[in-house]
Amino acid sequence: MMSSYPFKRTCKEVSALLIAREDRELPLQERVALRLHLAMCQACPRFERQVLTMRNAMKQWRQYTSDPGDEC
Amino acid sequence: MTDADASPFDQQVATHRDYLLRFARLQLRNETWAEDAVSETLLAALSKPLSFANRSQLKTWLVGILKHKIIDALRHHGREVCVGSGTDDEQEDPLESIAFKADGHFGESPAEWGNPEQDLSSRQFFEILEACASKLPASQGRLFLMREWLELSSEEICKELDLTATNLYVQLHRARLRLRECLELNWFAHPRAT
Repeated sequence: MMSSYPFKRTCKEVSALLIAREDRELPLQERVALRLHLAMCQACPRFERQVLTMRNAMKQWRQYTSDPGDEC
Repeated sequence: MTDADASPFDQQVATHRDYLLRFARLQLRNETWAEDAVSETLLAALSKPLSFANRSQLKTWLVGILKHKIIDALRHHGREVCVGSGTDDEQEDPLESIAFKADGHFGESPAEWGNPEQDLSSRQFFEILEACASKLPASQGRLFLMREWLELSSEEICKELDLTATNLYVQLHRARLRLRECLELNWFAHPRAT
């Protein structure tokens, strides 16, 4: 029998999933659990924004490394 | 003319050596491998001179060649690329850098990094980012940059280095958390002039 809270995750588990998502596709059950947690939590959406900011930063840096203009 | 033997193209290519070496070092984390990858890049470029409208285009072309030479080097050195550093870092839970309470809640809510779209394309930010990446343990740094600079998929990295997916994910996980911490300490936590 399934646990009554099959999608319940702690903030620590959610942080690990948010980092893991950068490198692999999460299984469906984890994606659902993540989404449900993010909808109810105050802190984790902030952590998610940090991860997304880093993703954006790496993209900008990658562009800069191959097309940095004439400045250096 | 300063050098009678070198063509203008040769001279232009040579001026980019230091720039290429900076990224080869960051990605390969080994001085000899980096020097070799850059030498091979310059040699390949000089053997098929092309004309470019400006310095920037030439640089973009050279970085493209360098990335290929670096992937060759990583493939060639295989096992050596991803061996653990053997330090305590391998045992430590990477999430320890964030204070969680016993029940798995955040001890302190993560900081709001704001909406730093502008900041993230500044030269100062890239310097901090590169400094943080260079401070990662060598194998973590290599794997992280294979994902983020060489843009290889996790599957490709595992195949090139004969690495298990679990091992790769653990190292990338640690690398991302360390980078997050370093960026927070050195960039996001401090107000700065823009």
